[in-house]
Amino acid sequence: MKDSILEQELGLLKGLANNDKKSIEIIYSQNYNLIQALILNNSGTTDDAKDIFQEAMMVLFDKARSGNFELSCQIRTYLYSVARRLWLKKLNQTHRYTADLDDTQETRVVVDDDVNEHEEKDAEFEMMYTSINHLGEPCKSLLEAFYFKNKSMQEIAEDFGYTNAENAKTQKYKCLMRLKKIFFSQYKKL
Amino acid sequence: MNDLNKERDIILLDAVERYVMSNMTPDERLQFEQLRKEDSDVDQMVVEHTLFLQKLNRFNQWKKFQTSLNEIHNHLSVQGKINAPSGKGKLVYLFNRFKKTAVIAASIAGITTLIISGIIGSVTTKTPKDQFEILKKDIHTLAKKSERQDQEINNLKQSGITAQTPEIPYTNSGTGFIIDSKGFLVTNNHVVEKAQNVAVQNRDGKEFIAKVVYRNPATDIAILKIEDPDFKPLPAPPYGFTKKSTDLAEPIFTLGYPREDIVYGQGYLSSKTGYNGDTLSCQIDIRAERGNSGSPVFNSNGEVIGILNARQRDAGGVAFAVQSRNIFNALSDLKEKSPSDSILKNIKLNTKSSLIGLKPSQQTKKIQDYIYMVKVN
Repeated sequence: MKDSILEQELGLLKGLANNDKKSIEIIYSQNYNLIQALILNNSGTTDDAKDIFQEAMMVLFDKARSGNFELSCQIRTYLYSVARRLWLKKLNQTHRYTADLDDTQETRVVVDDDVNEHEEKDAEFEMMYTSINHLGEPCKSLLEAFYFKNKSMQEIAEDFGYTNAENAKTQKYKCLMRLKKIFFSQYKKL
Repeated sequence: MNDLNKERDIILLDAVERYVMSNMTPDERLQFEQLRKEDSDVDQMVVEHTLFLQKLNRFNQWKKFQTSLNEIHNHLSVQGKINAPSGKGKLVYLFNRFKKTAVIAASIAGITTLIISGIIGSVTTKTPKDQFEILKKDIHTLAKKSERQDQEINNLKQSGITAQTPEIPYTNSGTGFIIDSKGFLVTNNHVVEKAQNVAVQNRDGKEFIAKVVYRNPATDIAILKIEDPDFKPLPAPPYGFTKKSTDLAEPIFTLGYPREDIVYGQGYLSSKTGYNGDTLSCQIDIRAERGNSGSPVFNSNGEVIGILNARQRDAGGVAFAVQSRNIFNALSDLKEKSPSDSILKNIKLNTKSSLIGLKPSQQTKKIQDYIYMVKVN
């Protein structure tokens, strides 16, 4: 019995790493209520619960993708520990933190390193997000088409109304240089 | 930087990208590695660009994952498999996400941030006020149903032929306006971007099925065509379209559907360029709300000068509009794409406004039947 649970969880993590909807859905539905209860019992709202749970899912996602996730505990325990840590930090930041969180029965593991690492990555994510949004159009859509949607220069030239792929390439180059400049100017401040 | 240098840089960067993404032939790869050894600048560029592409890739993976999370969250809460309140859409989430980012953005550039797709309204949300809205909509649907039943009975009496369209629950809305009497409307691309079904609703609450015939994410313009047997062609729109740029401080007004009823707003042109100097759009000072996306922006002559598409966070009434010359471009693009379409061929944007010299209230009266609510799901 124990083995099959372990196998099941490994399968779910593998699916998670590949952004497989079915796996994410299973993990989501099995753990959301637990974490929502934790947040609601500790002066949070349902919106907070959603944010915190999804952030914990991001931490798990990165962990699963890194490939070196040793399943030393169940997914549930891991998510719970991460969410708890994140919520404590948030309460601290907003000065709403009074004593320890009101929870006793759930088992927990130490996840401080993972959470810290996640926060660094999250800062980078925000930076990339703002950088891309600072670009303006058509640069934003053009770079997204090339790097995220894997469109060819030919397709991009047609979609954006450039006379040929060469012109589109020149435009892409300019946009990319701007993006890098914006991004790295913040990145170095870290 | 002179042109020759720039060209060299473009070629070099292209090579670096293909090298990093392993898109080189073995020969080319060997050559490139040689170059990398000899030229430390090239080597530095490879290192730096690899790092950047990694970050870009991770950003993309995260974004996709977040999208999945939100879809699943909504899906599960609607199905009741998790206890979260349902109906909170992705748009709202993006809005929340931005709150966090806004702090960073403001500290970097000293500029308040922009919610690009922030003004598509949400028809079904969970606050008490919105429940009221849902209620109102239910009544609407009921009224429509009985109207339809009456019509059906009539039809049965007359000929026995009935046309039945199933009710579709729409979740988000924006605004659109007629550009041609045969049922072509223009709105924002971000309003219809992820739509499966699109319908437009006139001032009387009549709903017509529409199809997206043109979309351009770069200019944020979309063209819709009403494809509904119930739709009867309108007289030509009274307003004109102008390619000329409007002068600073010139008064402008807009009509849109931030809620069930049409709403008039008044303001002035505050900058000839949009957010961050974007030349496709312009900046206006006007009250813009969710649901105003796609509203026409008129000058005092009743000429369309733009389409309202975004507002700036934390900056009062600052909003942005796509300049109307982009509508001209969109229409000619559309014509080029389907040269055999005879209806399309005859569409021309009216450049002469028949509203010159009228009072705002008179202008509004003549315009309002040409403004539609765009409903999507």
